[in-house]
Amino acid sequence: MKEISILIGGKAGDGIRQAGHTLARLLNRIGYRIFFYDDYPSLIRGGHNFSIIRASKKKIEAHKEKVDLIVALNQDAVEKHKNRLNSGGMILYDSEKVESQGVGVDFMGIVKELEGVPIMRNTAAIGALAKVLNIEWPVLESVMMDTIEKEVDLNIKIAQSAYNRVEKAWFSVPKLNQKILPLISGNEAIALGAVQAGLNMYIAYPMTPASAILHYLAEHEDDLGVVTIHPESEIGVALMALGAAFSGAKTMVGTSGGGFALMTEALSLSGQGEFPIVFVMVQRPGPSTGVPTYTMQGDLSFVINSGHGEFLKVVLAPGNVEEAFYLTGLAMNLAWKFQIPCFVLSDKHLSESIFSFEADPDKVKPEDPLLWDGQGEYKRYLDTQNGISPLAFPGNSAAIVKVTSYEHDEYGITTEESEQIVRMQQKRLRKKKTIEDELSKHEQVKVYGNLESKTVLLCWGSTKGACIEVAEELGLKVVQPLVLEPFPIEPLRKVLSDADKIIDVEVNATGQLATLLSAHGICIDDMILRFDARPFTVDVLLDKVKEVLS
Amino acid sequence: MTTVKELGTYAQNTWCPGCGNFGILNSIKKVLADLQDQGLDLNKVVLASGIGCHAKIVDYVKVNSFYSIHGRVPPPISGIKLANPDLVVIGHAGDGDAYGEGIEHLIFSAKRNINVTFIVHNNRVYGLTTGQFTPTSPAGFIGRSTPRGSPEEPLNPIELILSAGATFVARGFSGKPKHLQLLIKAAIKHQGFAFIDVLQPCFTFYNTYDFYNKRVYELTDKAHDSSDREAAFTKAGEWIYGDGERIPIGIFYQVKRPTYDEKLLKGRIPVKLKPGNIRSILEKHI
Repeated sequence: MKEISILIGGKAGDGIRQAGHTLARLLNRIGYRIFFYDDYPSLIRGGHNFSIIRASKKKIEAHKEKVDLIVALNQDAVEKHKNRLNSGGMILYDSEKVESQGVGVDFMGIVKELEGVPIMRNTAAIGALAKVLNIEWPVLESVMMDTIEKEVDLNIKIAQSAYNRVEKAWFSVPKLNQKILPLISGNEAIALGAVQAGLNMYIAYPMTPASAILHYLAEHEDDLGVVTIHPESEIGVALMALGAAFSGAKTMVGTSGGGFALMTEALSLSGQGEFPIVFVMVQRPGPSTGVPTYTMQGDLSFVINSGHGEFLKVVLAPGNVEEAFYLTGLAMNLAWKFQIPCFVLSDKHLSESIFSFEADPDKVKPEDPLLWDGQGEYKRYLDTQNGISPLAFPGNSAAIVKVTSYEHDEYGITTEESEQIVRMQQKRLRKKKTIEDELSKHEQVKVYGNLESKTVLLCWGSTKGACIEVAEELGLKVVQPLVLEPFPIEPLRKVLSDADKIIDVEVNATGQLATLLSAHGICIDDMILRFDARPFTVDVLLDKVKEVLS
Repeated sequence: MTTVKELGTYAQNTWCPGCGNFGILNSIKKVLADLQDQGLDLNKVVLASGIGCHAKIVDYVKVNSFYSIHGRVPPPISGIKLANPDLVVIGHAGDGDAYGEGIEHLIFSAKRNINVTFIVHNNRVYGLTTGQFTPTSPAGFIGRSTPRGSPEEPLNPIELILSAGATFVARGFSGKPKHLQLLIKAAIKHQGFAFIDVLQPCFTFYNTYDFYNKRVYELTDKAHDSSDREAAFTKAGEWIYGDGERIPIGIFYQVKRPTYDEKLLKGRIPVKLKPGNIRSILEKHI
């Protein structure tokens, strides 16, 4: 079969994500490309969690509403999801806990018999599932050896027992002869892209769905050459980061909407004081606490317009793990080249989903900022032709480096004189031209699907995966801006100029990209918006687009 | 060698005549010049300030500086120190900054024992915003936001910072610059979070010169054991930022404890770190 989608469901605490992870690794090892979606409520025990693992011969960046197989660790997993089954699909369930049609295996019984703990039902499920998928036992065994951290032998015994209790394979998932790729989440790609661009310090306060960046970097601190800090609040985070950047450390912070709201004070300081700093903003549904563990693209206009006063920033919006990796590296390099705040705008769907990762690590390299040559007296805010003043850091040169939140002269001493105010604001804003020239060397807008089509699906960020598949099915064109500030209107005009119909697809309630485009004089013909805190799946979006086109 | 005079800048001083900030400015310059004589590299010194009259101090001293925003002095000085622990970092803040808008950061700096110096210019009034009560103004303080008197009791910052875990807790008076210089010097030399609450009259909005001159007295080693936490609390309670008869100034408490920078960095210097190899990490994701 070309592809298979499997849903694993149970309550929080059943180890659903872990089981999904092992399954994804298993299918990855036999050559499939993976997309892994994780759906969980904001609680630690109970509730209903499920993961969907879609494996395909070709690279995929979205999941489907319909699945071929449901693995049920509780009754809810059957009741809530049985309507998702494709014809020919089946349910594999824990026969002690669940009543259902399909194949029942006594996961709980196996765990008890082998004296495991209840959470190991997830291991039994994976064992049984491997047999259902006709995957040879040694493949699963080696994946388990590599991925399970505790009680490896016991887990393998449990999995093998469950494997042997399934009488026959229901599906044939043959090994594919393709290069095996790493599986990483959007958050991990962001972390690795930053490291590759020379990240020294990552500072963050825990907030879903950005926390995994902190966890990942903290866990691998020594291997990655990074110092991570978890301070008292997001206000502390952003200000601490500016201090670190002033000392010369390449620093990144990460958060979600509520945390970023607290950081906007420091953001303005980075505008006035010309601090190089990278903000990762991982969106979740708002306003306020909203729906903390789900997804939304609702903060585009907030981020673009964030911070009081007028200053430059760059906002980059990756849509998959490769873009998350490259664009985070680019954000770091741009921040230091231009001494401005740069944003990586992600969302839960990109950050917490797991993808097959195909980027070339060598494409991201740390680029040297403009450094002071040591000649004459140092002026932190030297007024230059392109607005960029050479950098020096305290402690390592004869420079006296004065940075400030106040309007200031070239030395960084406070001024309230009208001429100086105008001169320094012009100096800072003058960088815009150089930034735009630099960005024009990079891909700012991507186009996919049928390039000849006059019907365009317009999207940004994590929505691209579903859009591309729908466009391929219907013969449409997809346009995805990667840069959202400064808004790449010329490259967009180019690819949209011959469009008869532009359909804007966003996971928010108001169509924020559409609003931006119309402000630049490009009208959207239709909007397909989803704002129930869930991402677009390929099949749901396909139906919606067909509706719009009929 | 840079002299005290050469530590000044061309910036025009805009404090009111008689402002208590002058005593602190002159003291910090004198201390830096003295420490330079003892081998301190002034290029490694960073001063920081918040927002308010006190904050102008960074414009008036010719060393590296970070002019931050209201309440936010502890986070940037922590970031500066953690990114490059070779630097000698001194934060200045007003009482509105330190005990109002940014109190969480101050408490955490003390809790962590980060190796920086923190000097509060405590005039117990908002000067630059023309006279409102602050966290350390006495109860009943009549200001422009409390014309019928402040309904709040003042905070005792000495007790607060002792509770939070600071390893150097002192109080100075801007009217006693020689004594203040000794405190600042000891604070800079201290390995850990060194906190000085400096009583400072605001000549225009809250002139407390006479009040302090009549009441302050210096703590001596003989009369006070600064390694005794209980004794420090007792001394801290002697004046609770209201009326009072006697106001002790000096070092209330000083002990040695491992610093946050040592514990967090374990010898690493972030500005000198070389990025690791992500390929070997990616292998683990197969």
